[in-house]
Amino acid sequence: MALNIGCAAAPGRARDNKTGSWRVFKPVFKHETCTKCGLCETVCPEGCVKERADGYFDPDYDYCKGCGLCADECPADDIEMVQEEK
Amino acid sequence: MMEILEGSHAVAEAVRLCRPQVVSAYPITPQTHIVEALASMVADCKLDAEYICVESEFSALSACLGASAAGSRVYSATTSQGLALMFEVCFNVAGMRQPIVMTIANRALGAPLNIWNDQQDSISLRDSGWMQFYAEDNQEATDLHFITYKVAEDHNVLLPAMVCFDGFILTHTYEPVDIPTQEEIDAFLPPFKPYNTLDAKKPMSLGMYATPDYYMEFRYEVDEAMKRAKQAYVQVGKEFAEKFGRDYSGLVEGYRLEDADTAFVAMGSLCGTVKDAIDEMRADGMKVGLLKIRSFRPFPSAEIRKALSGVSRVAVLDKNVSLGQKGAVALEVKDAIYGSGIDVLDYIIALGGRDVRKSDIRVIAGLAEKGIGDQYYGLRTEVL
Repeated sequence: MALNIGCAAAPGRARDNKTGSWRVFKPVFKHETCTKCGLCETVCPEGCVKERADGYFDPDYDYCKGCGLCADECPADDIEMVQEEK
Repeated sequence: MMEILEGSHAVAEAVRLCRPQVVSAYPITPQTHIVEALASMVADCKLDAEYICVESEFSALSACLGASAAGSRVYSATTSQGLALMFEVCFNVAGMRQPIVMTIANRALGAPLNIWNDQQDSISLRDSGWMQFYAEDNQEATDLHFITYKVAEDHNVLLPAMVCFDGFILTHTYEPVDIPTQEEIDAFLPPFKPYNTLDAKKPMSLGMYATPDYYMEFRYEVDEAMKRAKQAYVQVGKEFAEKFGRDYSGLVEGYRLEDADTAFVAMGSLCGTVKDAIDEMRADGMKVGLLKIRSFRPFPSAEIRKALSGVSRVAVLDKNVSLGQKGAVALEVKDAIYGSGIDVLDYIIALGGRDVRKSDIRVIAGLAEKGIGDQYYGLRTEVL
């Protein structure tokens, strides 16, 4: 994103702030015991878990802040939080 | 036309001629007469502006920020505690690059409560991203408003500006002031062309959130604009001089500096007293001169270095103090001439409106010659 004088931004430009860099732990969606229930998508406060064409879910690491709610709530214990390496 | 006007009324006339579309301010001594006069002009249809009455200075500058973002030329005025209350908004105005012009009727900050003049208020906002110009007399205070609007609104600058003039010493003093005609000012200062305008038909946010990935670059951009403002100011100052015959194009201005051993450095109305004192001392054979700093932000380091290159010592008269350090002007002058070997001596003077006389300037010249400085001048040790 090139800077605009006066910090001016058109609607939707908050997407330019990729908050994924804030993460300390990242959720790894293993897709092993997953039942495709979609609870991860429901509880994600960032709205960055999305359903794929095959019905499994993946987080968008550009915006996932690594809060771990999806891993905590996953009934199938299919999401693992692993330390981020930068 | 030449008129005998109170400083505040001269400034109000200047503001009227600049055709601000929105004025918002909260009255506070010694700024009151300016906004009182402007309110009368709006009520009497002599100024076609929206005058927004507010309950505090925080609201005043916030209203100005919104009005400026909506595309209006905007004016405010304040001082001391009022400016302190605007602190947060000042940084927002600069970051959002809104070219608001605000008059500061310089006054001391409490506690203890004091309504008289020093320059602590605006100096304390030096890092806010506002340009700061200091007037020596009421003619200069008047004219600086025309120049400042033009510099601030230059799309190569786009920064807010404070026109600072000393409370009571100038605001409440009657002097002959040449007030230009509306036609002359219209020819000099074209209508405001905003860079970004808030418009419901073309939605946009200003002052957006910036993560650590972007924040520093925004600050850098303001800093760069401030540096560009130097050239813009000089250019507009020259243009003003050509049209009106009064030259304020110097970011600094020397007075009898050519062969001076001791150079005073001062800002604002004090310069007049110092010039008179210099004339008397020169008559007695003392080689003294003055460097008046007109622009404190942007700070003209190169111009100061050049102007002071031939002197043996510099005596800075600071109407402010960075508590725990020295006066702010002395620190910056010292930085500007670092490595030159010239002594910079600081004198904290006239805080809270204490009078400065020509005889005081002579005493300080004597102290400077002996290398005695970096002290409060005229401190009443008997009450300590």
